[in-house]
Amino acid sequence: MNSTTEKWEKEQRQVELRFEPLMRFGMDAPLLLDCGVELAPLEIAYQTYGVLNQDKSNAILVCHALTGDQYVASTHPVTGRPGWWNTIIGPGRPVDTNRYFIICANVIGGCIGSTGPTSLNPATGKPYGLSFPVITIGDMVNAQARLVDALGIAQLFCVIGGSMGGMQVLQWAAAYPEKVFSAVPIATAAWHSAQNIAFHEVGRQAIMADPEWCGGDYPNQLRRPEKGLAVARMAAHITYLSEAALHEKFGRNLQDREKIGFGFDADFQVESYLRHQGSAFVDRFDANSYLYLTRAMDYFDLTAEYGDVLADAFRGTQTRFCLISFTSDWLFPTSESRDIVQALNASAANVSFVEIETQKGHDAFLLEEPELFATLTGFLNAAAQKRCLKNGF
Amino acid sequence: MVSDSAHPNGGRVDLQLIASMIEAGSRVLDVGCGDGELLRLLNATRDVDCRGIEISQKGVNAGVAQGLSVVQGDADTDLVNYPTKGFDYVILSQTLQATRAPQRVLRELVRIGKRAVISFPNFGHWRVRMRILLKGQMPVTGTLPYLWYETPNIHLCSIDDFTDMTHSMGITIERFIALDRQGKVSLTNHCQGLANLLAAQALFQLRMD
Repeated sequence: MNSTTEKWEKEQRQVELRFEPLMRFGMDAPLLLDCGVELAPLEIAYQTYGVLNQDKSNAILVCHALTGDQYVASTHPVTGRPGWWNTIIGPGRPVDTNRYFIICANVIGGCIGSTGPTSLNPATGKPYGLSFPVITIGDMVNAQARLVDALGIAQLFCVIGGSMGGMQVLQWAAAYPEKVFSAVPIATAAWHSAQNIAFHEVGRQAIMADPEWCGGDYPNQLRRPEKGLAVARMAAHITYLSEAALHEKFGRNLQDREKIGFGFDADFQVESYLRHQGSAFVDRFDANSYLYLTRAMDYFDLTAEYGDVLADAFRGTQTRFCLISFTSDWLFPTSESRDIVQALNASAANVSFVEIETQKGHDAFLLEEPELFATLTGFLNAAAQKRCLKNGF
Repeated sequence: MVSDSAHPNGGRVDLQLIASMIEAGSRVLDVGCGDGELLRLLNATRDVDCRGIEISQKGVNAGVAQGLSVVQGDADTDLVNYPTKGFDYVILSQTLQATRAPQRVLRELVRIGKRAVISFPNFGHWRVRMRILLKGQMPVTGTLPYLWYETPNIHLCSIDDFTDMTHSMGITIERFIALDRQGKVSLTNHCQGLANLLAAQALFQLRMD
């Protein structure tokens, strides 16, 4: 048995383990997708933290980013690593589990338990692969809305997310304004820029150029396009950092050697780092899922959806907004957050906007960033006061 | 607007008075909200939905961390984005004289707000006049504490100058309050001619339908 098969089987075992809890909607309750296809059955894998209060007014939905998942504040069952927002969510943290009930769901199209290209197609009994319909940010949010309904929550106290998660926050606020008391879109944009689509396309082409991809049918052929997916991750990872951060962390330092090797080994630390990022990623992510989720981001254009007037997406909104951007983020630059702020101002919405000075680039929203913590704490406290949430239960 | 997070004229003694002018349940926009002193006062004492615009990002971040709704913005350029009559009150306190185009800013304020509340230091005050007349120097007073080369105040006016402008713009003055150097209501409150000479600051409530 070669190592690829072993890995594949290991992954299958993980899938068989299931990612609990799981909200299931049967064949009788299909989700109508933006592409016109009705998706059924629909499963949404999610995690919750904290306790839902009696009047169900303290629920916060966290929307994860492209390669994130529902394990926002608990150990990831595949990687064994701590939750990706452990520093933000927990007892006494900015999103305080002693006070709020936090929900985080794997997006549809994802690969950590929610219905996506790795799920079985009921028509064939085999994994969907590329027969999975193309989904949008709107579809992700509609699926989450079903989950929230099923949990008996009429209005979310807050919806928070960064990057692709931020897109979902904006979509939530536009599509379900009455269900969103407050919203925190972080390091995001109302539409995906040409440059960002371009980077995504590089990633997709890397995956599709891998012969192991097999036209997307690799799950049925017991193969995995690991090399392609790793290259996609490497290219994307560069966009999450900043030139200054890379320079500070690696400079031109060499990896485990005194001088350059006159070859194509990972001479430089930065190369070694990226290779590690790539290989670690393929252990936890599905290549087809990566195609679908990057596509969903590319298609996101809230402005176009509202007749090219973004302000119309938020007309008459009662939601309290707090936008956050980072100075060195060139993937979702401050100017794109500012456009959203301008649209919200045009709707006379209640909006706060903080730009945080940092060298950490787009990834700053996932990292230890005191000003981010202070902003979230202050905003949530004030919103909780308006919502008349008590401290504790 | 060239002010930093602190307001150009330090003492914010007029804020209590401004807060008392705001009716409960109103939607309020504080333009040039500085460190958010007025927003905090409004939040604490009046049942209002208030938010602010501040030019300094540092000031904004500090305000949001305290739970205030503040965005970074410039009164000279960003007011055009706000909807007509989107607010019950728009407040511009001690900032008009620091804007690049006060008339344009004022026009935006009365467009956005059903009412605009504006305060500014009175350049017609006798101390100002005396300083120029007797010393032949730019005035440095309690309400105008800066030397000429470091002042953010680039468009100073007297009370009479201001009312002339509002008349020429067709703006209705609903209330005028003359303030002394401490920000208390001046004894000259009922006589604008005297106030132009004796009031250190002025507070106006304006409306344009």
